[in-house]
Amino acid sequence: MHPEDLAEKAAQFRAEDAAIKREVRVCMAASCQSSGAAPVLEALTQLCGDGGGTCRVKGVGCMGLCSAGPLVAVADKDCDLADSVLYRDVMPTDAPDIMRSVCGAPVERLRCPTDQPFFARQQRIVLENCGIIDPDSFKSYVAVGGYAALVKALSEMTPAEVLREVTTSGLRGRGGGGYPTGLKWSTVAKTPGAQKYVICNADEGDPGAFMDRAVLESDPHRVLEGMAIAGYAIGANKAYVYVRAEYPLAVERLQTALRKARGAGFLGNRVADTQFSFEVEIRLGAGAFVCGEETALMASIEGLRGQPRPRPPYPAESGLWGCPTLINNVESFANIAPIIRNGGDWFAGIGTEKSKGTKVFALAGKIQNTGLIEVPMGTSLRDIIEVIGGGIPDGKTFKAVQTGGPSGGCIPEQHLDIGVDYDSLKTLGTIMGSGGMIVMDDTSCMVDVARYFMEFCMTESCGKCIPCRAGTQQMHGLLDKIANGQGTAADLALLEELCEVVQATSLCGLGQTAPNPVLSTLRYFRDEYEAKLADG
Amino acid sequence: MAQPATPTVRVVTLRIDDHDLSAREDETIIEVCREHHIPIPSLCHLDGLSVWGGCRLCMVELEGQSRLYAACSTRVAEGMRIQTQSDRLRRYRHTILELLFAERNHVCSVCVSNGHCELQWLAQKCGVDHVRIPYRHVAYPVDSSHEMFRLDHNRCILCTRCVRVCDEIEGAHTWDVMNRGTDCRVISDLAQPWGNSDTCTSCGKCVQVCPTGALVKQGTSVGEMVKDQHFLPILARRRHLS
Ligand SMILES: Cc1cc2nc3c(=O)[nH]c(=O)nc-3n(C[C@H](O)[C@H](O)[C@H](O)COP(=O)(O)O)c2cc1C
Ligand code: SF4
Ligand code: SF4
Ligand code: SF4
Ligand code: FES
Ligand code: FES
Repeated sequence: MHPEDLAEKAAQFRAEDAAIKREVRVCMAASCQSSGAAPVLEALTQLCGDGGGTCRVKGVGCMGLCSAGPLVAVADKDCDLADSVLYRDVMPTDAPDIMRSVCGAPVERLRCPTDQPFFARQQRIVLENCGIIDPDSFKSYVAVGGYAALVKALSEMTPAEVLREVTTSGLRGRGGGGYPTGLKWSTVAKTPGAQKYVICNADEGDPGAFMDRAVLESDPHRVLEGMAIAGYAIGANKAYVYVRAEYPLAVERLQTALRKARGAGFLGNRVADTQFSFEVEIRLGAGAFVCGEETALMASIEGLRGQPRPRPPYPAESGLWGCPTLINNVESFANIAPIIRNGGDWFAGIGTEKSKGTKVFALAGKIQNTGLIEVPMGTSLRDIIEVIGGGIPDGKTFKAVQTGGPSGGCIPEQHLDIGVDYDSLKTLGTIMGSGGMIVMDDTSCMVDVARYFMEFCMTESCGKCIPCRAGTQQMHGLLDKIANGQGTAADLALLEELCEVVQATSLCGLGQTAPNPVLSTLRYFRDEYEAKLADG
Repeated sequence: MAQPATPTVRVVTLRIDDHDLSAREDETIIEVCREHHIPIPSLCHLDGLSVWGGCRLCMVELEGQSRLYAACSTRVAEGMRIQTQSDRLRRYRHTILELLFAERNHVCSVCVSNGHCELQWLAQKCGVDHVRIPYRHVAYPVDSSHEMFRLDHNRCILCTRCVRVCDEIEGAHTWDVMNRGTDCRVISDLAQPWGNSDTCTSCGKCVQVCPTGALVKQGTSVGEMVKDQHFLPILARRRHLS
């Protein structure tokens, strides 16, 4: 297929609803659905009827401000979220008022301002279509330029040129480690092997994280497009998406997207009428956090016990069934289409020196606006929490923000002005992780926080290696003792020693990073631990 | 003109502690150490079985790298400089052994493996004369249903040697591991009593490779369980060749 043919197709899809002027978009992503979006959509659809041919009601993906759901946006067609009239906490009984407002004055009692920093300060690349297009509609993805990057790569670029663009972009893995994506792709491309695989890691097990879920639920084709471009670049014709079974909606939308992309010839044999073939299959994870670790994930796809194995060999050399395998996170793949469309240099112009592009964060905890945001790398934590997140509710004061989930750490007030990127967070003793941000106010006890994460690691440890299996258990016991006011200085010393041993000797990332929440709270809030010691 | 055959595996030179050594590049650090009698503590590795990397006692330092490497799962490379003993490594090994003793119930004085146990022996080697880590004191079951052997979970360190020898050498795959974290337990068949196993051939290989008093012969009393693992490298080689 020639890029012009696709552009024509997109134009044709747009022409099909040229008569539509106004849209009522109902968020049908998981969070809004759980607060009752489905009956709202139904009521609105019924009232709208055929909308006189100029107005339509449609289900869309996550708009970001999940805490205010169900969200409904009334907008001109093709207009983005910030320029729409947004309604919050919508009930089915509000439908008549909302329908009246399509051509009239907004319903003030439901209104959620979109000129607030939560919307205005974001820069949406990964989430550009989230909350705007209908995730189940192949046509609406193509109408906004979907699959143009894949067709461009297949028809105008060699695999080496694709690799070069991805390398130039400076994109780093969004699954937590921040490994340069271009380097990973080139390594798999250069490894000899007749059969290679692409895997999309959608296991997303960090407590409080739902970035990948939102992308899959709101814009599934974008992930498939990124994967297909990867397959072309590294020479793989077979791919898997490993999604946790706890994400039924994401799985359903992904299945629909797969079916439609296949039907339209963008997946399967002879993708877009070229020599390139690419098959994608979905594999469901059974909810073990450790199965997000790449070697455990591959074991799980192979039908084995989901347990990590020593690396090297890395998946790039010996992955799925011993074949060279590229494994990337959902958000990493979601960045690929725009990079190919706009060029690596464009992407490299966003962000900081060593961390390019944007990052999606899931804001949670004691913060006004909980939900999903996307900001350029280098945005300060203060901006994210106080401006975009709207600060701490109920007149409380900020105490710390936890990033990186069970592998990360807490950042106190004095470091809030730092710009967020992979390296700055590391110097503060935490990690970027997959993008969870849990804000804590002055009522939180930091020993409790550390104990909570340690409990998570303890129950999620696969049990293969001794330091993690037995060490997390012992550390949890010591934290419990200290939190209950029965700990001694000797317990604290033992805790610190175990942190060091478990970090240095564990087999996989789970164990190696399990001490991080303890180490970082000790670094900034040691006095809280000491105040709780029985002999302190 | 005849070309000299290009060897597929190259030979490298490296330094382990103060020894300059040569090795094939497909060997792991622990294999080279064993060959040259350089002691490295290990509980899960066994010559003839696949690499597991679970006990983490074999961690060594590589010059120029801050992270540690498991000797059993790291291949040698040209010019590698390896430290097998340092204060840091000794301290870590000590703590890992303590974690093991605290995890289940090791009462050596009444154990059939007393005096012939790899865990006990390593603890002596590494100077673990007391345990600072609180004992968990959780009672685990004992499976005596097999007519010849017994499995005492209280002594199991989850090294999976039994699982691997049964699968890779005997070809029966009677053993596996169930659950996660400290709840892990080795099981026969689908968590059935060992004596009811359809797959167990009663070959006893698992008993011989078990480093502790977890898998033992019935009828042995304190200190009587002596194990013999000489069969393993020979059988493994035969398996490999066939
Ligand atoms: C315990 C553990 C859990 C992980 N969970 C995830 C996950 O849920 N999603 C993910 O993308 N990566 C996860 N990772 C990281 C993956 O191992 C891998 O590095 C990542 O998928 C690579 O993709 P990227 O380069 O695009 O980041 C996890 C790692 C560890 C150690
Ligand atoms: S670090 Fe923990 S999760 Fe990872 S292999 Fe070891 S026991 Fe399993
Ligand atoms: S298995 Fe070994 S360490 Fe454990 S009680 Fe028996 S002799 Fe002691
Ligand atoms: S029974 Fe013995 S060989 Fe099997 S895992 Fe336990 S300690 Fe290891
Ligand atoms: S789920 Fe509706 S806004 Fe996020
Ligand atoms: S011998 Fe290397 S981890 Fe057990």
